[in-house]
Amino acid sequence: MTEPLTIGFLPLVDACLPILAHEHGFAEEEGLALTFQRDVSWATVLDRLLYGHTDAAHLIAPLAIATTLGRGRPAQPLAAPFVLGLNGNAITLTPELAAKVAEPGGLGDPVAVGAALAEEARARKAAGKRLHLGVVHRYSSHNYMLRYWLAASGIRPDDDVEIVTVAPPFVADAMETGEIDGACVGEPWNSAAVARGVGVIVLATAQIWRRGVEKVLAFRAPVLEARRPAAEALIRALRKAGSHFVDPANWETNAAILARPEYVNADPALILGAISDRLVLVQGAEPVDYPDFMFQHREAANFPWVSQAEWLYTQLVRWDHLAFSPEDAAAAARVFRPDVYRSALTGTGDLLPGASSKVEGSLARPTAVTAQQGSMILANNTFFDGRSFDPDDIEGYIESFG
Amino acid sequence: MRIAIVDESATRATIIEEGLAQIPDCEIFVLTERHGLLSRIEEIGPDIVLIDLGNPSRDVLEEYFAVSRVLARPIAMFVDESDDDAIAASIDAGVSAYVVDGLAAHRIRPLLDLAIKRFHAFARLQSDLAEAKGKLAERETIDKAKRILMQGKGVSEPEAYAELRRKAMSSNRRIAEIAEAVVTAHELMGGGE
Repeated sequence: MTEPLTIGFLPLVDACLPILAHEHGFAEEEGLALTFQRDVSWATVLDRLLYGHTDAAHLIAPLAIATTLGRGRPAQPLAAPFVLGLNGNAITLTPELAAKVAEPGGLGDPVAVGAALAEEARARKAAGKRLHLGVVHRYSSHNYMLRYWLAASGIRPDDDVEIVTVAPPFVADAMETGEIDGACVGEPWNSAAVARGVGVIVLATAQIWRRGVEKVLAFRAPVLEARRPAAEALIRALRKAGSHFVDPANWETNAAILARPEYVNADPALILGAISDRLVLVQGAEPVDYPDFMFQHREAANFPWVSQAEWLYTQLVRWDHLAFSPEDAAAAARVFRPDVYRSALTGTGDLLPGASSKVEGSLARPTAVTAQQGSMILANNTFFDGRSFDPDDIEGYIESFG
Repeated sequence: MRIAIVDESATRATIIEEGLAQIPDCEIFVLTERHGLLSRIEEIGPDIVLIDLGNPSRDVLEEYFAVSRVLARPIAMFVDESDDDAIAASIDAGVSAYVVDGLAAHRIRPLLDLAIKRFHAFARLQSDLAEAKGKLAERETIDKAKRILMQGKGVSEPEAYAELRRKAMSSNRRIAEIAEAVVTAHELMGGGE
């Protein structure tokens, strides 16, 4: 008997692991029958999770924290025992703006592009036409990553520019009509704007934070408890799907699966670009190789580090202009569930970190860290401005942004 | 009370509008265009906004409401916890509602109930339509199977139909299924059109 599990998702390349776990039979091997609920807004993905239309969802990580803390609606505790991936987003600007602030054709230096953008943003503000930048949701890593970069580049995100919400599939339209001058969005929607000649990719979010947390697999906390064996079986299936996903021999097959109308419904060539870390940055150009553009598997990428949840909390406080609250910080930290991840994978031979929290952004080079058995290597995980986040001093980190 | 219905399906929006028109003292605005949605909402200044769950503009609208909370007429998601059943019912029906803060629950409930009924009515209409389309497709398949039999065996149209019907009865299947099998077999044998 297989156990049914329904998973909600938005059509994005990083919904790949649950989809491939189903398509390649890894879920079935673990005794699960997955069905999918495709939606086109995060609000609906979340509503269906909260009202039981789905058992689990592909969700932007900050939204899981915001929902738990009751931002914008009554609080409902969510639990994320698995990170679906790190990074995989990019910053795409209109060709005119890109020509002014970057060197189209290559991924820029975030410091240099940021400085040039700051100048342009000031000029546009003085002319009474502030730059408009799109993100997919207030509580998205896209918003936090974009704001982190802007602020560190001397641009005040709430004053010097206007940050607006745009649904990913309409980013290219919004750039074409001039509604926005740029956007931070996931794939394949940057590449779709490039293919239409209305956008130029200037940065990957992995250049802002080399190992930035992106989507999570979210459950309602009581549902995770009630369906713990199924959730753990799903985690094992997702790890197998991840190992299949990162193998270059499978890239074309997987791109074709993800491209289907019931999943991402997009051009398989664009999806292949994202999953092989080879992006076309300017219409008609040769693809550029940027290793770890998407990061779905190696170095325990799926491990829900408590420090990642806490970093997201610091950004929520920062941009929602809240006061630091130890209770909220603790509630946010509890959303990420390394205990469930470990319990699911103990005995499978998979590498499990020894700690559950780490200083984010502290590794400038590949470093061996303790694993539950032996050690494992974690690569560079720095922020572009050289800061690091010590989860033992959340309040101090928030204050350091002024 | 000013009600805005945001729906890219003009048919469904009309069905909901008709339903809500029964409520006294209501002014209803239907918004089917994605472009310029927020400026239209701002012009209208609705007390209630209804939007279908499949609408890609939901996140855009929620962000607008989040920002509007600091303005004069804050709009909240309709999630007064005491009304959780009503919200669950509306999510099941495929609609979400946003209400200006402070609007009395006794004014919201009947409206939401009506909207839910109308959403269900529309869903039924769609499944009826799908069924009708399916029937039409079946008829075409049966016609095709009849032509294959007429050409292949030199029988008349009534004879061809009678043959399909006999086979269906003896194998306890529907005529459409037998016709489908005939057409598929014919295509496999290289007789496709």
